[in-house]
Amino acid sequence: MFGFLMRRLAVLIPTFIGVSIIAFSFIRLLPGDPVALLSGERVMSPERHAQISAQLGMDRPMVVQYFDYLGGVLTGDFGTSIVSKKPVLDQFLTLFPATVELSFCAIIIAIALGIPAGVIAAMKRGSIFDQGLMGIALVGYSMPIFWWGLLLIILFSGTLQWFPVSGRISLMFYFPQVTGFMLIDSLISGQKGAFSSALSHLALPSIVLATIPLAVIARQTRSAMLEVLSEDYVRTARAKGLSPFRVVGVHALRNAMIPVITTVGLQVGVMLAGAILTETIFSWPGIGKWILDSVFRRDYAVIQGGLLLIAAIIMTVNLIVDLLYGLINPRIRH
Amino acid sequence: MADVTITQKAAEPVSSAQMRRQMLKEFWFYFSENRGAVIGLFVFLFLVLVAVLAPVIAPHSPFEQYREAVLKPPVWAAGGSATYLLGTDPVGRDILSRLIYGAQYSLFVGLVVTTLSLISGIVVGLLAGYYRGWLDTIIMRLMDMILAVPSLLLALVLVTILGPGLNSAMIAIAVTLQPHFVRLTRAAVMAEKTRDYVTAARIAGASPFRLMFRTILPNCTAPLIVQATLSFSNAILDAAALGFLGMGAQPPTPEWGTMLAEAREFILRAWWVVTFPGLAILITVLAINLMGDGLRDALDPKLKRS
Repeated sequence: MFGFLMRRLAVLIPTFIGVSIIAFSFIRLLPGDPVALLSGERVMSPERHAQISAQLGMDRPMVVQYFDYLGGVLTGDFGTSIVSKKPVLDQFLTLFPATVELSFCAIIIAIALGIPAGVIAAMKRGSIFDQGLMGIALVGYSMPIFWWGLLLIILFSGTLQWFPVSGRISLMFYFPQVTGFMLIDSLISGQKGAFSSALSHLALPSIVLATIPLAVIARQTRSAMLEVLSEDYVRTARAKGLSPFRVVGVHALRNAMIPVITTVGLQVGVMLAGAILTETIFSWPGIGKWILDSVFRRDYAVIQGGLLLIAAIIMTVNLIVDLLYGLINPRIRH
Repeated sequence: MADVTITQKAAEPVSSAQMRRQMLKEFWFYFSENRGAVIGLFVFLFLVLVAVLAPVIAPHSPFEQYREAVLKPPVWAAGGSATYLLGTDPVGRDILSRLIYGAQYSLFVGLVVTTLSLISGIVVGLLAGYYRGWLDTIIMRLMDMILAVPSLLLALVLVTILGPGLNSAMIAIAVTLQPHFVRLTRAAVMAEKTRDYVTAARIAGASPFRLMFRTILPNCTAPLIVQATLSFSNAILDAAALGFLGMGAQPPTPEWGTMLAEAREFILRAWWVVTFPGLAILITVLAINLMGDGLRDALDPKLKRS
């Protein structure tokens, strides 16, 4: 297992360095003078330009600049926002819990509905159940989620008025951030109705964000189940006279879950991309909206830092998934 | 699929035209077994027809603003009129006509992005899988980097560098989709490279170029075709998403995602300006994905035997 971990790290570290080169080059590839872009000053005298350039260290050779940047990144310095003048990492850490909370709820929805749907479809292969469920899954998979979000707002926030349109909690409630997770903080605060308010704000965005992962998980579970159900050991289990529930639930499902776990892991990247759209539609103050807002504000330092931070998170999650995969499936380690 | 045909017909010599016809027939047999795939194909062909005939069938210009008919509901809703079948948008443009012209943009985006990423992906993947060694390592690490960033975020970053617009959006999306083709081609090439027919061709004196493109590539096409369909629908979705975020096609282009972005503030007042462009995206993407599922079933020999 240790060797497996080392091999994965040997691939991961060059990839991370590569992404850091992309993030580093990003500001230098933009049309325009990087010194002007980073300082946010449009018009400046040559003296001022030289002064800022020296201040930012941009008068040194490119290679020195890069290693300086990489050194900063490794010690937690992801640059400073051009607009707010705050460290990018601080902003990221403030907003990240909102995205984690949203993504976590979405993945729970996707797993809780997707795996049973896939199992049922596989067990009733070819039936109306199977066709119906897989038809819905394909629609979900093809869904432009930014439109889906708008439709849900029209129906549930407009016509039915069941759920709020945007934000994380009603403005009536105010309590200090303890964990950054609204569901937990609202419980800690002990204010009446705060938790249900947070939950109702979370409902629509997490449904929207769950849609594509749910469809992918359902399809993957079905095909993994079908493969496993045709195996000899499942036939043996059936022949022994075990109940269908035991055959599927204990014998088949365990092995079918192996590829599904990988799929769930891969959804993290899909989710973070989906978060950009979902958070924008629902004004959810997470990192997806933060990055998009920074694109519009031309806050290139934030885009640069955010890009690297998000890539690092995805790579870490993929590593964890790989290790889990190696734990349940020893064949993969070799 | 190729081996099956050859062994069946081995007794008598067959011309390549005959064989191709036979393969096509077999392909259609498996494809048409999937009802959804056939429906998807017909919807797709219909959309292509709509896009090509847009100037003929669109009842109005997609840009003409009818000031007296702002935010008219569709014909079946109260207050709707038959002049504007699907109603008008906030500045009085006919939504149906804009949707019809929008089909041109979406299909064009799908075609260009898929072609770009397919061709570049195949070339890079062939090089990596054929030569291996340091070239392979560098290429695959590069692909890992691209895959480590969520596709929409990478596309946003690239569009920021290239400047907003449909062309930048297409290039950016092609870059995010390309690694999948590289990986597939590389894996297929590595599996094929050690086969006897490749060795035979090499001994017969085929150049590396010929070996890669004429000998090996034709035998790796099945997974690439399936991936190409997937990329086609992904490209349409991502281009619409970028348009929706204001970083893709710019107003007043009748691109479906851009139309949604312009309609956003009216969602609670005029449901139709939001509903129809999104429905158009969904139907197009769904049709292509249905086709993709059918293609996968028809081209996957593993499924065929069961």
